[in-house]
Amino acid sequence: MVQLQQVTKLFGRFAALRSVSAEFSSGRCYAIFGENGAGKSTLLRVIAGLARPTSGKVVFDGPPEMLRQRIGYVAHASMLYDELTAMENLRYFGALYGIKKEEQKMVAAIRAVGLDPGLERHVGDYSQGMRQRLSLARTLMHGPEILLLDEPFSNLDVASARDIAALIKTLRDEGKTILVVTHQVTHVEGVADYSLLFSQGQLLRSEAGTAAARVAGPTREGVAS
Amino acid sequence: MSQLFDITRATLAKDLRLEWRSKDATNGMLFFSLLVVVVFSFTFDFTAEDARRITGGLIWMAFLFASTMALNQSWLRELRNQVLDAFRCSPAPPNALFLGKTIGNFIFVCLLEAVVAPLFVVFFNLRALGDTPLLILVFLLGTWALIVNGTFFAAMSLRTRSRELMLPLLLFPVSVPALLAMVGATTAIFTGEGSPSLPLKFLTVYDIVFTTISLLLFETVLHAE
Repeated sequence: MVQLQQVTKLFGRFAALRSVSAEFSSGRCYAIFGENGAGKSTLLRVIAGLARPTSGKVVFDGPPEMLRQRIGYVAHASMLYDELTAMENLRYFGALYGIKKEEQKMVAAIRAVGLDPGLERHVGDYSQGMRQRLSLARTLMHGPEILLLDEPFSNLDVASARDIAALIKTLRDEGKTILVVTHQVTHVEGVADYSLLFSQGQLLRSEAGTAAARVAGPTREGVAS
Repeated sequence: MSQLFDITRATLAKDLRLEWRSKDATNGMLFFSLLVVVVFSFTFDFTAEDARRITGGLIWMAFLFASTMALNQSWLRELRNQVLDAFRCSPAPPNALFLGKTIGNFIFVCLLEAVVAPLFVVFFNLRALGDTPLLILVFLLGTWALIVNGTFFAAMSLRTRSRELMLPLLLFPVSVPALLAMVGATTAIFTGEGSPSLPLKFLTVYDIVFTTISLLLFETVLHAE
């Protein structure tokens, strides 16, 4: 469980988040919608511990010393080294989580996102979609309980996006808490249990399913504005 | 402790591999140092006695400027694709990243010195009159002094807009006492006049003090917003 209590995040005089309160339960997937600059990514960064709230607090259940071990974060950028192969990247990040020697976890994570663990190409030579999937594999390999996914469907073709959505659904059913920031409503339909709509740093609505996105009004091809 | 050692080793191995493949830092450092050697040797017409008195300063000046290139590069690759955020999210001890990077940079600069120092000897017709093997100790202690501070200040200036300017601005004033000791010890060995033991003792203390300070403060620098 993750609880936000009156969280405000200021960058200078700009309020990226304004007094946001929300609770995210285990075994649930939350889709977060909103226009560009609405504070969606900042929300994930605050939960991931990459940005400190200016006021308010983020409360997690479980022992605080294990917190970082329990969080997996996929950002806009790949968070991968371009000059390393997929396995070399995962071996390094595995070392950070103390699973350097558990290669089967890395191989399983790469397979789970539909990539080939034997691929010897450097990540810099990957397509954007492959990087996106490898980024997800990096996040999954240490088995985090809380998954923070910022635009996980960007740069993916329709079939790959469907595969990743199915993977998110499986992870949710395994009891993980999943927050997905996305503009693409169609990909999280049937996956998201709740949807949250943000605008100008404020949480405007919280609805079951993807209903909050429809309040914003789907625009072309089911993309929430 | 074993976690610190494992992640330091993984970071070092990763940095060595990245540098081996990209040669971002070494090419720049090598080119700059060679330029210094060649330009100075053609600009000034030194006698053997002059060379012994002046080359200590020239060598360290060349290595100081060249090392700033490696220091900037070593952190820039962590900014690409927001990889540093992946480290910040993880439960890995921040000092493992600092130590891994410091040792990596130390190795790069030592290799550079191993290539360039003999060129100084050839181009400036140098023949040390003092205890030549002590030069190795001077180079090791002096290089560590430059690198430990440089790695720390490069991390500090990482998120500033003019990071290339900030690093020398922060690093050079702090390095002045160490530079004086390095030049003093090197010149004493070249000329055979005076003992290098006092500057060497000073360098040892300097290294211990600044390594400790950097280790104590690095977590704050890493997580600063």
